[in-house]
Amino acid sequence: MSTPVLDVRGLAFAYPDGHQALFGVDMHVHPGERVALLGPNGAGKTTLVLHLNGILSASAGQGAGSVAVSGLPVTRRNLLEIRRRVGIVFQDPDDQLFMGSVRADVAFGPANLGLTGAALEKRVTDALEQVGMAEYADRPPHHLSFGQRRRVAVATVLAMEPEILVLDEPSSNLDPASRRELADILRGLDVTLLMVTHDLPYALELCPRSVVLSGGRVVADGTTYDVLTDDALMRAHRLELPWGFDPRGIADGRSGAVDSLPG
Amino acid sequence: MGAGHGSGLPGGTGQGRTLVYRAPAHVKILVLLAFVLTVVATPREWFGAFGGYLVAILGVALLVARIPFGWLAKRMVIEVPFLVFAALMPFVVRGPEIEVLGVGLSEPGLLAAWGLAAKGTIGVLASLTLAATTEPVAVLAGLQRLRMPDLIVQIMGFMVRYLSVVTGDLQRMLTAMRSRGADPRSPRHWPALARTLGALFVRSYERGERVHLAMLSRGYDGRLP
Repeated sequence: MSTPVLDVRGLAFAYPDGHQALFGVDMHVHPGERVALLGPNGAGKTTLVLHLNGILSASAGQGAGSVAVSGLPVTRRNLLEIRRRVGIVFQDPDDQLFMGSVRADVAFGPANLGLTGAALEKRVTDALEQVGMAEYADRPPHHLSFGQRRRVAVATVLAMEPEILVLDEPSSNLDPASRRELADILRGLDVTLLMVTHDLPYALELCPRSVVLSGGRVVADGTTYDVLTDDALMRAHRLELPWGFDPRGIADGRSGAVDSLPG
Repeated sequence: MGAGHGSGLPGGTGQGRTLVYRAPAHVKILVLLAFVLTVVATPREWFGAFGGYLVAILGVALLVARIPFGWLAKRMVIEVPFLVFAALMPFVVRGPEIEVLGVGLSEPGLLAAWGLAAKGTIGVLASLTLAATTEPVAVLAGLQRLRMPDLIVQIMGFMVRYLSVVTGDLQRMLTAMRSRGADPRSPRHWPALARTLGALFVRSYERGERVHLAMLSRGYDGRLP
């Protein structure tokens, strides 16, 4: 198989206060895949994500194992290139949007990579068009609606042309229409995707494959449909489908409408 | 949740077409600085000079920049603590006294109070004129053009960006307090208010860490592009 975009091997990590969050995680994501990272609160999902672009590493606590992005190991020397390759969209857009205008915010990442002038301008315009926010380029971010800010946050990362887009709870706090619009945008992107979420229907809709993290270990890795229909696994790791939602019913009714269904 | 609309700052007062509004920000900052330094350096015994300053700044603010008087008056409230301090001076400072309505007031104290009040009021009026006619972002760009250290401009930029977020946080926390039957204004609930403010500080601090994290994730290396 091709070089994985993400190659996590035996990753263990304990915070300086002694709390151990990861106990030997192995995970691979291949080019073009859309993968959901599921797991209960406190499973270590955020800790894992922060390892993917070197915010956390063995030097920030006690750790072992390795992370490589398209073959490039995450080390202090490679940090800038790693952060270009791995684009993380954080949960609260107010944490991510801090400049005076949408345009300046989207330009922040690529400018840090050394882009200037027309090339920078093109990156910004392209990224904003991909999320349908081009007409808001000159607005201050805090005047946008929450859904619009979330989309701009995605654009700030897309502008760096990452090899993998990592989204932390992309559907949280969105109204159903914004949630669907974001799904349409994410589906249309030509980029590898890793999505951390508690929104299981969203995972089923967007991600053919799911990895379940629980207690700092990978406890399942398979098609999202198989994971969500494995009742024993779901119960054991505090995963619950919303009331009235049954993946099997969807499979019968509108086969092919969802990416991750069998067949 | 769209916080930050119509914060009462520039643009909101409708003076967008005046000359003062269009002047480059760095020029306005330099003029303000020169004006305030001149006012502060003027000996307080030159009573006539202060009258001239007051006429000049009010003329610029009300006639040239067309700032509504009410807008200025409401924001002058910020000066009140200084005025209270000034009002105390005649009673506290020692020296030869004069009788006013049967109360002994110290002469140097009166003079000091006059100086503080006059210079403070004119300074605040001048700063408000700048604030009313210049977008916060333009002030920052002006400071940058004046070679203000980059780090300080960055810090001020973050303040402008997150002021509405932090006040929004505080408003929601106060609403939550009220919803549970506490009145933040009543002294009986001040301990709860103090804890709320402590929690707000921690929240803002943690947000700062998350913002920094998000910046690092996009390749931030200490300089804003």
